[in-house]
Amino acid sequence: MSASAPGTTFIVLMLPFLAALIAPWLTRRLGHNAAWLLALAPVAIFIHFLGFSADVADGGVVTGGFQWVPSYNVSFSWLIDGLSLTFALLISGIGALIILYSGGYLKGHDQLGRFFSFMLLFMGAMLGVVISDSFLMLFVYWELTSITSFLLIGFDHAREASRRAAIQALVVTGGGGLALLAGLLVIWNITGVSQVSLLLNYGDELRGSPFYLLALLLVLGGAFSKSAQFPLHFWLPNAMEAPTPVSAYLHSATMVKAGVYLLMRLNPVLGDTVWWGTILPVFGGTTLIVGTALAIRQTDLKLMLAYTTVSSLGLLVMLTGFGSEHAIAAAVLYLVAHSLFKGGLFMVAGLIDHEAGTRDVTRLGGLRRAMPVTFVAALAAAISMAGLPPFLGFLAKEEIYYALWHTDPWSLAFVAVAVIGNGLMFVIGFAVALKPFLGPEVKTPKHAHEGPVLLWLGPLTLGIAALVAALISPVTHRFISSPMASAIAGEAETVTISVIPHMGPALILSLVTIAFGIIAYRMLDRLRAGMAWLLAAIGWGPDRGFDQFISGAVRLSVAVTRLVQPGRLDIYMTVTFLMIAAALIGPMAWYGEWPAMPVWPEDAQFHELVVAAIVLIGLAAVIYARDRLTAIVSLGIQGFAVALIFMLFGAPDLSFTQFMVETLAVVILALVMTRLKLHASDHRPTLQKVVDMSVAIACGGGFTLYLLSVTQQPFNTALSDFFSAYSKVVAHGANVVNVIIVDFRGTDTLGEIAVVMVTGLAILSLIRIRTPRATVADNDPDRRAAQGPAQGREVR
Amino acid sequence: MRTVIFRSIAPYLTSLMVLFSIFVLLRGHNEPGGGFIGGLIAASALAIYGIACGVAPVRRAIYFHPMAIAAFGLFMSAMAGVLSIFAGVPYMSGLWIYPHLFGVEIPLSSVLVFDVGVYLVVVGAISSIALALEERDRD
Repeated sequence: MSASAPGTTFIVLMLPFLAALIAPWLTRRLGHNAAWLLALAPVAIFIHFLGFSADVADGGVVTGGFQWVPSYNVSFSWLIDGLSLTFALLISGIGALIILYSGGYLKGHDQLGRFFSFMLLFMGAMLGVVISDSFLMLFVYWELTSITSFLLIGFDHAREASRRAAIQALVVTGGGGLALLAGLLVIWNITGVSQVSLLLNYGDELRGSPFYLLALLLVLGGAFSKSAQFPLHFWLPNAMEAPTPVSAYLHSATMVKAGVYLLMRLNPVLGDTVWWGTILPVFGGTTLIVGTALAIRQTDLKLMLAYTTVSSLGLLVMLTGFGSEHAIAAAVLYLVAHSLFKGGLFMVAGLIDHEAGTRDVTRLGGLRRAMPVTFVAALAAAISMAGLPPFLGFLAKEEIYYALWHTDPWSLAFVAVAVIGNGLMFVIGFAVALKPFLGPEVKTPKHAHEGPVLLWLGPLTLGIAALVAALISPVTHRFISSPMASAIAGEAETVTISVIPHMGPALILSLVTIAFGIIAYRMLDRLRAGMAWLLAAIGWGPDRGFDQFISGAVRLSVAVTRLVQPGRLDIYMTVTFLMIAAALIGPMAWYGEWPAMPVWPEDAQFHELVVAAIVLIGLAAVIYARDRLTAIVSLGIQGFAVALIFMLFGAPDLSFTQFMVETLAVVILALVMTRLKLHASDHRPTLQKVVDMSVAIACGGGFTLYLLSVTQQPFNTALSDFFSAYSKVVAHGANVVNVIIVDFRGTDTLGEIAVVMVTGLAILSLIRIRTPRATVADNDPDRRAAQGPAQGREVR
Repeated sequence: MRTVIFRSIAPYLTSLMVLFSIFVLLRGHNEPGGGFIGGLIAASALAIYGIACGVAPVRRAIYFHPMAIAAFGLFMSAMAGVLSIFAGVPYMSGLWIYPHLFGVEIPLSSVLVFDVGVYLVVVGAISSIALALEERDRD
C-alpha cells in the first residue's frame, strides 16, 4: 500500500463540487459554451486518476484520507484499487463528454446553469461513492447520488410526470440507501472495522456470523434498489422523464451501477456462500428477462434503452453472484462495455429527438443521409451492444458464455436466460441504431439534419473507445480488466480474452444468440404486439403498486393523525395527565415498592398547622367555586400556602419563585379565561365530573406516593456537600442555589432560558393566530383537494 | 379594574417593583434572588401596569418589543459563556474583575452578565404573553 498525494486526491474529489458552485455564474456569462470550460473539471479528474493506473496495474492499492470524527473512529478516507479506479475513470471520462453533450442538448435553456450544477454535483457524489473507504462516507455519498438524481429527474419540474418520477426514484433509492446504512452498521458491528480496505481480512468472520444473512439482505436492499433489480426496477424507466443527458449519464452509465459496484466491492467478504450464490443469480436472471421483455414492448427510443439498462444490470448482478473467475472477468468487461455503448446510444437517442423532434421509433426512418455521423456512432454502439466483433461488447459476451457454460441443469438454465436476454438486447440495440436511419424517409416533426459537434462528439468518442479497447485488448486487460477483476475477487486474477474468436461452446452460444436475435428482429412488431397484449392481460405492475403504496401511506398517516390529534384540548389534557399518573404509579405497582405511609408529626407547630389549613381551604374553594374566576384565584391561595411552606422549611429562593409564579399564573389564567368567552361557571355532566375527578386523584395520589418514596430513600449528600463547600470558594457566591443556576450548571440554564423563549414565541403565535375552522380535516389531502385551495389562516 | 385609584397608583407601584426586581437580580449571587425571580417580579410589574392603564402605555414604556428583549437576553447569556474564549478557559467558566468605583471595590463577573440575560429572557417572554392576552380583540 502506498499513500501518495493525499492532498491532490482530496482536491480532485472536491473539484466537481467547486465546479458546480461556479457553473450557474459561468453559464450566465458564456451561455452553452460554458460546457467547454466546465468539462475541464472531469477531464482534470480523469487525468489525475489515470496517474494511478500504472501503480494499480501492478497490484498496488492507494489509500489516503484523514480523521473525521476520531472519537467514533470515523474517517474521511479513500481507497483506489482496480475496481474504484475503473469506475472513477468511467465517471470522469463519460462525465466530460456528457457535460459537453448537455451544453449542446439544452442550448438556450434558461436553467442550463442549474442543470450543469446538478450534473457536477452528481459527478462529485458518484466519484465519492466509488472512492470511499469509510462506510459512513460511502453512505453519505450514496444518498447524495439519490438526491442529485431526484433533482435531475425532476429538472423539468413544471410537468407532473417528472415530479412523480423524481419522487419515486428518491423513495426507492433513498429507502434502499437506509437499508444499506443498516447493513453497513451490522457489518461494522460484526467485524469492528468501518473501512472497506480493512474489511478484506474479516471475510470468514463475517460469513460465519449468525447475523450474516441479515447483513446480506440489508446490503442487497440497498444495491438492488439502486441498480433497479426486479421488482424494484420500475423507477428506472420512469426516470427517463429527465433530460437525455441525465438518462445517458446517471441512469445508464454510472449511478445505476452503484449497486453493482457495491456488490462487487463486498464480493470478497460477503460472497462465496449459498445465499449469495442463489439470491444474486436468481434476481439478476429474472431482471434480465423481465427487462428485455418489457423493452420489446416499447416504441420510445429512451424507454427501450431504459429497459435494456434494467436487464443489463440484472446480467451484471447475476454474474457477480456466480463469482467464478470467468464470471467476474465477464462482469468487468460487460460493465465497461455497457457504460460505453449504453451511454452512447442514449446520447444518440437524444440527438435524434433533438434534431427530428420525436423519439418514437415507429415515426422515424431514413435519417442516415441527414445524420451520417450520428448513424456511425449509433452503429458502433449497437454492434458493441449486440456483442459482435470487433467491439468490447463481443469480448464481454464471449466471457459471459465461458463463465456460464457448465452442463449441470442450474447452469444450463442461466445459459438459456443469458442467450434469450442477449438475443433480445441484440434486437433492441439494432432497433435503436437501424430503424430510425434505414428505410424510406419518414416525415418527422422537425426537419432533421446533423447536430452540432457538442452533440455527436460524445457518442462517437464512446463508440471509438469501445472499438479501440477491444482491439488493444492486452493493454485494456492489463490496466483495466485484470486489476478490477482482482479487486472484485479479492485475489490476483488475469483476464486474457481477445477479439479473435476461438472455437468452443462460447462461440457456438454466440452464434445461437445472433441467430435468435436476427429472427426476433424480423418479428419485432409481432413480438411488441404480443407483449402489449400480455401486459394488458396482467394489468398490475410494481409501478402501480408504488402508487398504491404511497396513497396507502398517506391514508394511514391521516388516520393516525386523526387518532392522536383529534384537535380537542380536553382529550389532550386527559391523555397527558393519565400518562403522568401511569408513569408515577406504574413502576411502583409493577415492582410492588409502595412507600410506607407517613405518621402524624408529634411536634407540629401551630403556624405550620395554619398553613396546612390554608392549603385545604384553598382546595375546597377551588372545588366549590361558583364561577371560573373564583376557582382560579382560589388555586392561587393554595399556591401561596405552598410557597409559605417552602419559606418555613428554609428554601427562600424557591418560595420567592413560587410566589411570583403563582401570581403570574393567576393573572395569565384570568386573562385567558376572559378571552375564551366561556360560560362564567363550569357545567359538566356528572359522568365527565367523575372521570375528571378520577384522573385528578390518580395524578395527585401518584405524586404523593412518589414524593413519599423518594424522601424515604437515604439522601445522598455528595452533591449538596460539593456545592456548599465550593460555592463561595470557586464561584465567589454565598447563595448556593443561584450559583448552581448561573455558574455550576450555567449551560443547563442557557438551555432552559432558550426553552422559555421558544415557548413564549409559540404561545404568542398561538394567541395571534385566529383559527376560524382549523380542524384535522383541513390537513386531509383528499378533502382539501375536493374543497380547492385551503383558506390561508389570517394572522392579526 | 380601571379604577381611578388603581390607575393613579399603578405607575408608582410598577416603578418600585421594577426597581426591586433589579435589586433582587443584583443581590442574587449572595442573597436569595437572581435573574429568574427578578424577571418574574418585573414581568408581574408590567402586567399590573397593563391591567391598570392598558397595553399601549406598557408597550410605549418598554419601547422594545418584549420578544426582542427576550431574544437579546438569550443572546447575552450565550455571549457571557463565549467570553471565556478570550481567557482560554472552557465555555461558561466564571470570569471576575474588580474595578474600583468611587473608592468601592465592585466585583463584576461574566456570571452576572449571564444572570442579566436570564432576567431579560424571563421578563420578555412572560410579558409578551401577558400583553398579548391583555390586548382586547379589535374585531
